[in-house]
Amino acid sequence: MTSDDHTSINCREFVDFILAYRDGELPDAQRTAFESHLSMCPPCVSYLRSYDVTVKATQVLCDDAGKAPAEDVPEQLIQAILKARRA
Amino acid sequence: MSPGSAPKPRDRDEAELLTALQAGDEEAFEQLVRGLTPRLLSVARRLLPREADAQDAVQDAFLQAFKSIDRFKGGSKLSTWMHRIVVNAALMKLRTRRRKPEVAIDDLLPKFANDDAAHHVEPINDWGESALAEVNRNESRELVRAAIQRLPEDYRTVLVLRDIEQLNTAETAERLDVTQSVVKTRLHRARQALRTLLDPHFREPAA
Repeated sequence: MTSDDHTSINCREFVDFILAYRDGELPDAQRTAFESHLSMCPPCVSYLRSYDVTVKATQVLCDDAGKAPAEDVPEQLIQAILKARRA
Repeated sequence: MSPGSAPKPRDRDEAELLTALQAGDEEAFEQLVRGLTPRLLSVARRLLPREADAQDAVQDAFLQAFKSIDRFKGGSKLSTWMHRIVVNAALMKLRTRRRKPEVAIDDLLPKFANDDAAHHVEPINDWGESALAEVNRNESRELVRAAIQRLPEDYRTVLVLRDIEQLNTAETAERLDVTQSVVKTRLHRARQALRTLLDPHFREPAA
């Protein structure tokens, strides 16, 4: 798991590459090195899985965004906006 | 005046509503404000943790929209147009108000050994198969929302725009006046920091 040649990356580099890997933006050589590291480093396997769940957890909020508008809109806010328009 | 006592404006379809707005129809403005404020307030709250700031941003957004409604051509939906305006109003608010002290992002990022192997210094907890199902529970959603609010502002803003409001990298960079490379770096760090904050909730219990 050392970066002593161009075909391997270490844990720090692995974590640095996650976003580009998931976005499909890693060049071939780095993608191969990323996947090779993933096949032999259990901590990085766990890290990637938890990173992916984190992204999923925010996507769930995104799914909510259109469906769950605020239910506690103050009537004063509505009235202030309408009053400002008439001013 | 309570919502119950206000006369309910007659709902119109999008084209009819736009025509009425451009004609200065008061009922149409009320329909627009009552119809869109709940969603726009949610958007503003995600970017502005202080409730007063979020409400100000919504009000600013509507006033800006009222001024330019004559120029709105209907190329997008009114709700999409207003979403863009409220995001801009919230970002403007972020730029102009004083920042609260906040946690350093480095304290929330993983640590690595200072040698060639650069192994993780701290144990990486496995979140297990159940974590993916767990994110859909209401309790977890609230926890994720609260954790996002704990992120340093520059990072929280990018995470909200990219992962929740679904702006792409180029749009986010343009709104924040930074490069796309900066957006990618902040997004990645924000996700890592959020992962750190969520770790106590999602990791598998020790055997």
